[in-house]
Amino acid sequence: MRRFVVRRLAAAVGVLFVISVLTFLIFQTIPNGDPALRIGGRLATAQEIAQIRHEWGFDRPIYVQYFRTMEKIFNGTVVSYTQGVNVLDQIRHGLPATLSLAVGAGFIWLMLGILFGVITAIKAGRFADRALTVLAFIGVSSPPFFLGALVIYYLGYKAGVVPLGGYVPLGQDPAQWFSHLIAPWLVLSVLFIGIYSRVLRSTLLDTLGEDYVRTARAKGISERRVLARHVLRNSLIPIISLWGLDFAQIIGGGAILTESVFSLHGVGQFAAESIGRLDLPPILVVTMLTAFAVVLLSAVVDILYAVLDPRIRLSG
Amino acid sequence: MAIDSGTKATGTEFSSEIPVELLGESGKLAAGAGPYRLAWRRLRRNRAALAFGGLFLLILLLCLLAPVYAHDIAHTGPDDNHITETVKVGGKVRDVVNAIGLPIGPTWHSRFFLGADSNGRDVAVRLLYGGRNSLEVGTVATLITMVLATIIGVLAGYSRGLVDGLLTRALDVIWAYPVVILGVALGAILAVSGIDLGIVKVRGSSLMVPAVVIGIVYVPYVAKPIRGQVLGLREREFIDAARVQGQSSLRIMFSELLPNVGSTVIVFVPLMLANAVLLEAGLSYLGAGVQPPNPSWGTMISDGISSIPAAIHLVLVPGIMLVLAVLSINVFGDGVRDALDPRAKIRIGR
Repeated sequence: MRRFVVRRLAAAVGVLFVISVLTFLIFQTIPNGDPALRIGGRLATAQEIAQIRHEWGFDRPIYVQYFRTMEKIFNGTVVSYTQGVNVLDQIRHGLPATLSLAVGAGFIWLMLGILFGVITAIKAGRFADRALTVLAFIGVSSPPFFLGALVIYYLGYKAGVVPLGGYVPLGQDPAQWFSHLIAPWLVLSVLFIGIYSRVLRSTLLDTLGEDYVRTARAKGISERRVLARHVLRNSLIPIISLWGLDFAQIIGGGAILTESVFSLHGVGQFAAESIGRLDLPPILVVTMLTAFAVVLLSAVVDILYAVLDPRIRLSG
Repeated sequence: MAIDSGTKATGTEFSSEIPVELLGESGKLAAGAGPYRLAWRRLRRNRAALAFGGLFLLILLLCLLAPVYAHDIAHTGPDDNHITETVKVGGKVRDVVNAIGLPIGPTWHSRFFLGADSNGRDVAVRLLYGGRNSLEVGTVATLITMVLATIIGVLAGYSRGLVDGLLTRALDVIWAYPVVILGVALGAILAVSGIDLGIVKVRGSSLMVPAVVIGIVYVPYVAKPIRGQVLGLREREFIDAARVQGQSSLRIMFSELLPNVGSTVIVFVPLMLANAVLLEAGLSYLGAGVQPPNPSWGTMISDGISSIPAAIHLVLVPGIMLVLAVLSINVFGDGVRDALDPRAKIRIGR
């Protein structure tokens, strides 16, 4: 177990390093991308630009710039080029909304994905299977911002049952928090429910044909118990690994589209706005946050694997 | 039925019944029908897949005929402004865009069949031109993904060792990036700078910018499974045989491995096309995809969202078209997958 943790930590540091260098390099290659020009604004003279370049250290070699930026990120003083605000404060500000979105949606899509997957597998070929399959296909074919816009218009403006967007902190008013998040949760879940139910359906159908399932039935175990204990437990492994990755990406701001259409002002929307301004420091921090979440969650997933399937050993 | 081994039909030794896939047109045993012919026969029996494949072709055809519709039916272009004009609907004369800036909804007449947008442009005309752009971006992106992913996957899987290690790490890094964030970052940057590779120069407003971005972002999703398959294939006897015959590595990759990953590649084409069209819409919504005034389904939905609640048809029209197009590709693609490899683990979305 200790070896597993150490290895994963080393991998996490490696991934963070590579991703931060890559993001840094992408931004270095922009022609006319000199941040001094954007900090200075349109009216800045050449002298002022040179002054800014010197003050911010843009005239230093690129590796010096990289290490200075990393140092600022880790001691919490990194500042946005164009907005002049502390990036970590902004992330801290956006994180509750993003976490609320991720946790609620992650729970909904996992539960409904498993439920629909099980229904379609045990009713394979029957009406329930076909109807849910059609819904799954529509789900994976609908962009979240389109669904979100429909929800905001029909349920928000027309019916008045959901708010028109925005985020209310949980600590401030739990009821408002819930009512502002229910629509984003469902909209974000639709896509994943579609994917997960299809994946689970095919894994379940494969597993149902295994010899050990026949053995279990032959022993006289009830069908419900065969499904829950023998079939589902083994079929959940691919679902758990998908879930870990998707959940991690959403924590890292991956639900940009959903966050933007519902104006949740989470990490994703912050990233989108920063990218629009070609503002390097916030993007660097958000991508590192995502990478960290992905590495962390995949370690958690591996531990869950070992719980679900004792044959799997944690070797890193 | 193991289709990767072509003509081998497992199960025939237990029953005298000949599997229906092996029967030719005349009902006789089709000796040596290749895997692709078997797949085509299976696909032909999948009515839902065929219907949706047909729907996609219809949408494609309509979009390709955009100039004809614009010129001969709507009598306007995708960027033509009719903001101050009027249109006759059911005998009544109505403003295209009224005094408070509200555009007209669907008239179901030749002019403004699906209404106008807030700039007084014909939504139906823009829908077809936008579809052309969306599908063009999607197609080019899919081509880029498939070519790069196949090269990387085969190369990494066959060479193993250092080359494989480097390529796989590179794929992992792209993989750990959230698709939309990477796409938006690259799209926003390249929309400012354009692409300059020395011989090829692309302006920032070109459709090729989002196509290249989307194409690159999806490479790991296809390259990884291909690499995995090649890792297995390279241990098989026919590769040993080729090596013993003195074939070069390049030749083994091209003429021995490539044909064997062919069905995987084909299975991914519709899935990637569907994902690419969706991602184009997402990037355009965030301003990092197709650049205005070029219409695309994504930019049209995005424009429509900013005019909620006044004119919902501006969201509904491009949105429904986008969902129909992506849905038809997905259902057809699922049929193709079932036909080519009934036991495949490749699934929609990932």
